[in-house]
Amino acid sequence: MNKNLIKPYGDTLNDGIIQLCFTLPVKNSAKAKKAAAVYLSELNLEEIRIVHCHRIAENFTYIVAFARAIPFIDYSKVKADEAETGKLDFYKINKLIKEKLMRKIVVVGASIGCDAHSVGIDAIMNMKGYNHDYGLERYPQIDAYNLGAQITCEELVSYSVRVNADAVLVSQTVSAKDAHIGNLTQLVEILEAENLKDKFILIAGGPDISNDFACKLGYDAGFGHSTIPSSVASFIVTKLLKKKGEI
Amino acid sequence: MAQIFLNQKKINKAKALGANIAQNIHDYIKDYTTDSVERSVLRLYGVDDADDEKTPLCNKIVDILKKEKLINSGVSKYFAAAMLKTDSHANKTAEMIINNKIDLKKVLSMQSLEKISEKEQTLAQDAVSVLDRSKKVKNAKKAGFPLCEKPYRYVIVATGNIYEDCTQAESAVYSGADIIAVIRSTAQSLLDYIPSGATTTGFGGTYATQKNFSIMRSALDKISKQQKRYIRLVNYASGLCMPEIAVCSAFEDLDILLNDSMYGILFRDINMKRTFIDQHFSRLICTRADIMINTGEDNYLTTSDAVEKAHSVTASQIINEAMAKQALLPDDLLGLGHAFEIDPEMENGFLYELAHAMLAKKLFPNAPLKYMPPTKHKSRDIFFSICMDTMFNLASIATNQGIHLAGMPTEAVHTPSMSERHQALNSVNYVFNTAKNLCDEIEFKKDGIISKRAKQVLDSTIDLLEKINKSGLMSAISQGWFAQIKREPDKGKGFDGVIKKSENYSNPVFDIISK
Ligand code: B12
Repeated sequence: MNKNLIKPYGDTLNDGIIQLCFTLPVKNSAKAKKAAAVYLSELNLEEIRIVHCHRIAENFTYIVAFARAIPFIDYSKVKADEAETGKLDFYKINKLIKEKLMRKIVVVGASIGCDAHSVGIDAIMNMKGYNHDYGLERYPQIDAYNLGAQITCEELVSYSVRVNADAVLVSQTVSAKDAHIGNLTQLVEILEAENLKDKFILIAGGPDISNDFACKLGYDAGFGHSTIPSSVASFIVTKLLKKKGEI
Repeated sequence: MAQIFLNQKKINKAKALGANIAQNIHDYIKDYTTDSVERSVLRLYGVDDADDEKTPLCNKIVDILKKEKLINSGVSKYFAAAMLKTDSHANKTAEMIINNKIDLKKVLSMQSLEKISEKEQTLAQDAVSVLDRSKKVKNAKKAGFPLCEKPYRYVIVATGNIYEDCTQAESAVYSGADIIAVIRSTAQSLLDYIPSGATTTGFGGTYATQKNFSIMRSALDKISKQQKRYIRLVNYASGLCMPEIAVCSAFEDLDILLNDSMYGILFRDINMKRTFIDQHFSRLICTRADIMINTGEDNYLTTSDAVEKAHSVTASQIINEAMAKQALLPDDLLGLGHAFEIDPEMENGFLYELAHAMLAKKLFPNAPLKYMPPTKHKSRDIFFSICMDTMFNLASIATNQGIHLAGMPTEAVHTPSMSERHQALNSVNYVFNTAKNLCDEIEFKKDGIISKRAKQVLDSTIDLLEKINKSGLMSAISQGWFAQIKREPDKGKGFDGVIKKSENYSNPVFDIISK
């Protein structure tokens, strides 16, 4: 068999074993248990084992199940959903800015809309950084301005224009009911309306943000959970050097 | 109760510093009122309607008084005079004012001042009797069920849809919850009004409206009867409408309100003067209507490190307690907050957690402490996340906390689903039962890691309180001493709603409930 074909691994290659846990809106009964199995078979699973059923309200049943997944996918056709950062470190990044760009670069960051979560953008911007990786404020070759949380798109844009930013970093944490999409889209619309879209490298980040998702919304890149600041700096520098024709 | 050795003299010293800090704030706020305080007076007088655009009438009236520059005397006398004039009920009178059928500029001169003042007194007495009623109703309900054992099991529902919330709440109670909190929609705390009606479209939470309060209260009353135990209902006051939320909560017999004296300042950038004034009136209403307050110190540990800044939590609890005393809150309504937020990778982190939990118990022996689960360091591996919560559950029962917020396996992912709340409560129920009387068996070693740590945090707390006492609380906040967030005294949202009281300011509800 083509060795690029893969499926979930339980304890034997290609057994396809997966764990599932969900609730059905029906009273716990033999029929509810059967319904769970029928539902999973509709999901194209086989050898379904409903191992636990429990009543968690008058008309709701909590279910734990195991089953085998049928399809394989071709691993060689999968493309990673990750910004290409060049993976430079703190020293390399500063050196490149100094020697190739020959000026400090300016980065502005904020958590926009009514999102009050600032710890994510702080992790990228603040001196201390994240997970033993220095934040952008620590980079001698970067002027980093962190506006904090609950910043309107208008404030962020006008500030970025004022300090002549190279890159604008936007954080969004609340994603319930797609709250983040509205805010991120609004920013792009404002930048487009003011003809500023290409002036800045525009980067979105947050626990539920992926690179594909951000790019679709019109961002240059998106960074998700556990991002370290040097990845972001590395992306910005690489992008600026490309723009300048240095790479 | 587990025992830990701490120097009582130091505890007294910390409390005295807290009292002084609170007194200084009190000396400032007594000369001020706010938009929201005035709107609460109108709500207490019965103005609870909204116009066609869903703007509450109480907002419109306060805006008129501000425009006419009359607000410094307080809304009470103008509204009382207007009611005398219309000889009708509060909402009708409010409508007539808004439709320019009554001119507030002239209304005081249309009646004798005695009559107006008499009317104010009647309105205020009626308002206070509504608050008293809420206390009675709740006590009567509780008396019908066996006493609920502490720690109370507290879970949040947050679907955005009040009807769906009721379904989720029912299931949570089924799995063992004693307290249901309906968390508010993102950014409601920044709305300078209370939305109205039943709502189904919140983000990350459900709008706090009086109607939603009543829908959930009736649902819980029904579940209480089925499950034969009284289920408490929680909502959130912190924000731009602290006192108004308290009024609506009293009207609808809520049991607990998140009501922190600094949360809005630090975490929502609400102006500090506005918040201090609002929290005071809000808490006076809670005291009268028997609503427990919960404070939000746990949140500091999301922006600061839980070991490094543990003393900032303790200092804030002491200040929150002292401010609560200014608002006459008795100990059994003081749900001071703290949290189990130490990085799970730290060696002996659990021992430090026990030290912090014991310190809080020792400092506030009669307060139903609100103990928060790990959140910031929660893993997105939901199975490891359950392990973390299990350790938290053990810390809670071993130190006999008051209110136990059940940690959710998906804390780092999304607002919980019905399945996840069940998983969480399963662990809580197991640990609380299997270690039920553990707390009576424990005496922490006098020179052990735990006792030493508790002592160390208390010492740092006193140092911090001394610094705050010297500089004043407002200046302390502007220097970032809490949660490492800096806020300026004259900046932030809602500052334009801070109003200096004039000589002839009147607010008879305040006068009655602050005695
Ligand atoms: C701390 C916290 C808070 C604090 C925030 C304090 C502050 N000043 O930031 C407070 C208490 C204020 C808070 C409030 C609320 N919160 Co909150 N909160 C959290 C919590 C516990 C931790 C978040 C955190 O700090 N993580 C640590 C940082 C370092 O991680 P991060 O944000 O993912 O950031 C990293 C990456 O994502 C990335 N990144 C982030 N931003 C950016 C930007 C750029 C440009 C780049 C490149 C990278 C990047 O890099 C960072 C480092 O790796 C999470 C639960 C959790 N454990 O995740 C809930 C959580 C995020 N909160 C949640 C909710 C719902 C709320 C509220 C709406 C609740 C309510 N109804 O009131 C309110 C929000 C109010 C508002 N107006 O926004 C939900 C969100 C659910 C969802 N998916 O929508 C969560 C997941 C909890 C839950 N399970 O319900 N919260």
